Amino acid sequence: METTALNIVVLIKHVPDTQFDRHLSGPDNTLDRSESILSELDEYALEAALQLVESSGSAAGEARVTAVTMGPAQAVTAVRKALQIGATDGVHLSDDALAGSDAAATSLALATLVRHLGPVDLVLTGMSSTDGETSLVPAQLAARLELPQLTFASTLELFDVDGVRKVTGRRDGDAYSYQLEAILPAVVSVTDQINSPRYPNFKGIMAAKKKTVTTLSLADLGLNPSDVGRSGSWTDVVEAQPRPVRAAGTIITDDGDAGIQLVDFLAAQNLL
Amino acid sequence: MSAVLVFVDRPATGLGKPTRELLTLARRAGEPVVALAGEASTDIVAALGSYGVSRVLNSAQPELSEYLVAPKADFIARAAELADARAVLIENSTEGKEIAARAGIALKAGVITDAIAVAADLTATKSVLAGSYTSTCRVRTPVAIISVKANSIEPAEAETPTEPAVEAVTVDFGPASLAVRIVDRQDKPVSTRPDLSEARIVVAGGRGVNGDFTPVEELADVLGAAVGASRAATDAGWIEHSAQIGQTGKTVSPQLYISAGISGAIQQKAGMQTSAVIVAVNKDAESPVFEIADFGVVGDLFKVLPQAAEEIRRRRNS
Ligand SMILES: Cc1cc2nc3c(=O)[nH]c(=O)nc-3n(C[C@H](O)[C@H](O)[C@H](O)COP(=O)(O)OP(=O)(O)OC[C@H]3O[C@@H](n4cnc5c(N)ncnc54)[C@H](O)[C@@H]3O)c2cc1C
Ligand SMILES: Nc1ncnc2c1ncn2[C@@H]1O[C@H](COP(=O)(O)O)[C@@H](O)[C@H]1O
Repeated sequence: METTALNIVVLIKHVPDTQFDRHLSGPDNTLDRSESILSELDEYALEAALQLVESSGSAAGEARVTAVTMGPAQAVTAVRKALQIGATDGVHLSDDALAGSDAAATSLALATLVRHLGPVDLVLTGMSSTDGETSLVPAQLAARLELPQLTFASTLELFDVDGVRKVTGRRDGDAYSYQLEAILPAVVSVTDQINSPRYPNFKGIMAAKKKTVTTLSLADLGLNPSDVGRSGSWTDVVEAQPRPVRAAGTIITDDGDAGIQLVDFLAAQNLL
Repeated sequence: MSAVLVFVDRPATGLGKPTRELLTLARRAGEPVVALAGEASTDIVAALGSYGVSRVLNSAQPELSEYLVAPKADFIARAAELADARAVLIENSTEGKEIAARAGIALKAGVITDAIAVAADLTATKSVLAGSYTSTCRVRTPVAIISVKANSIEPAEAETPTEPAVEAVTVDFGPASLAVRIVDRQDKPVSTRPDLSEARIVVAGGRGVNGDFTPVEELADVLGAAVGASRAATDAGWIEHSAQIGQTGKTVSPQLYISAGISGAIQQKAGMQTSAVIVAVNKDAESPVFEIADFGVVGDLFKVLPQAAEEIRRRRNS
């Protein structure tokens, strides 16, 4: 069915591990990124890419799944992890001037990077970063690239109509469930409902050692440093305060009347 | 006074509470103007007038509902230009945030999502890092786009109602906006319970309900609460996915959150830890949920929840 082998870009972000406490500090309220990992929500995008390649019948070695990240030097570890899981190659956009980029600046840099990589069939992303948590980047990227935006997909399939490659996916909302369809190339974000991401295995870890990661700077993309980073951002974080720690509550063990004590508590709090 | 545009998307019956909140915020920050997708019925226009809306820019173009997100963003961008708006306010739904994202690119406007408060000068407050920090953000561009969470403000009608002028807008959609077609739409059954994102009280169940949500629903109904769930419960198919609370589900911040049979994993806490009061019922005293509970019961939810529901009924009847 395939005419040419699939060429997929997966956007992955290197983010502070959500299992630990995360901290904002400094004059610009920047996030401490020392304990960072490949964002768990981006693993679903990588898995979706690998499954599409596997089910498309693209001959091994022909299809490409390029793991792309934008972030500081250590973000390359997220790309390495993606290579161990199964991405074919990696690209790391790294430049001091990118620090502090908001969604507008991030989507500008990533859109320029995707164009720089040449024609692709799909740009796959996670449903949200686990640090920024905005879900703005995929939509802004699609708008900037003028590509179809098929986002929050919980299923994904490629099909061919008279040689035209299309993508279809389901999107669940509160009041509806949509079946969506677009012609490739497209920007697609996937939810955590779509699959169960695989782990790197020994073979994958060995194979990753031979895969290449290309590091690019803003100059390589012809981007002006002032158009990205804090200076290119359209929003500012003025202030950030840790939320007060919740005071320890009352914990009781049920001796037969805990339901009644629970109601007493609600009544005392004026919640009934 | 400069215009603050509020996006109102095809209201079926009356204006929803989130819309009324946005209109109230818009009136405090400037002159409220509405971009209305769908039919501008006399009822809706009158309802907008009671919130002091001066102008209604209206489009009922079919593309707005035939394609995903992009046409709505184009419509808002056009309306914001026509109204010379300094800000656009929009609901913080999944779709709302994406519309904001695209309108931001079209208008070269900074976008702030998940706002829990918006000041008259358009400074927005949001809760970040899964509720562990509160931040204050500002937009640096001439136009600000802010998506605002439900329950950010008490909706208030204008002292003197207006008679909004309705102007039809025809948007010229580019091919890239008509690229993702909705080929099938299944409406989900409408629940009689309050909406999860707007509810004052949420009762949520997890793996501990073991397939039976009855005690959770029964307590929710006596409290007039919405029903939520952990991902373990939605993944098991015991309740619809839209009930999921957490990192990849809904973020709720009700007056009262009752968690039953939920361990309190980090991804679950991400969606509920800013609730005003948290009550937890779990049979394992070591469950992390007790670390954030104001009141915790170590016990069996199948005993504690029905007893609580019964006690509330008894007190109401006496
Ligand atoms: C990428 C990703 C995203 C995720 N997103 C979310 C999300 O949005 N929301 C979410 O909730 N989870 C999410 N999770 C899953 C999360 O990590 C946990 O696995 C999940 O929250 C566990 O659900 P649970 O507490 O119901 O189940 P469990 O952790 O199994 O806990 C069940 C609890 O019920 C108690 N129990 C059992 N029987 C009874 C009884 N009769 N009475 C009282 N207590 C009883 C047990 O003591 C136990 O504490 C996500 C995970 C990943 C990897
Ligand atoms: N710096 C980045 N590098 C690579 N991908 C990113 C970056 N920021 C965001 N993304 C992608 O965009 C998705 C949504 O992120 P966000 O809009 O920040 O919630 C993520 O799941 C990633 O796939």
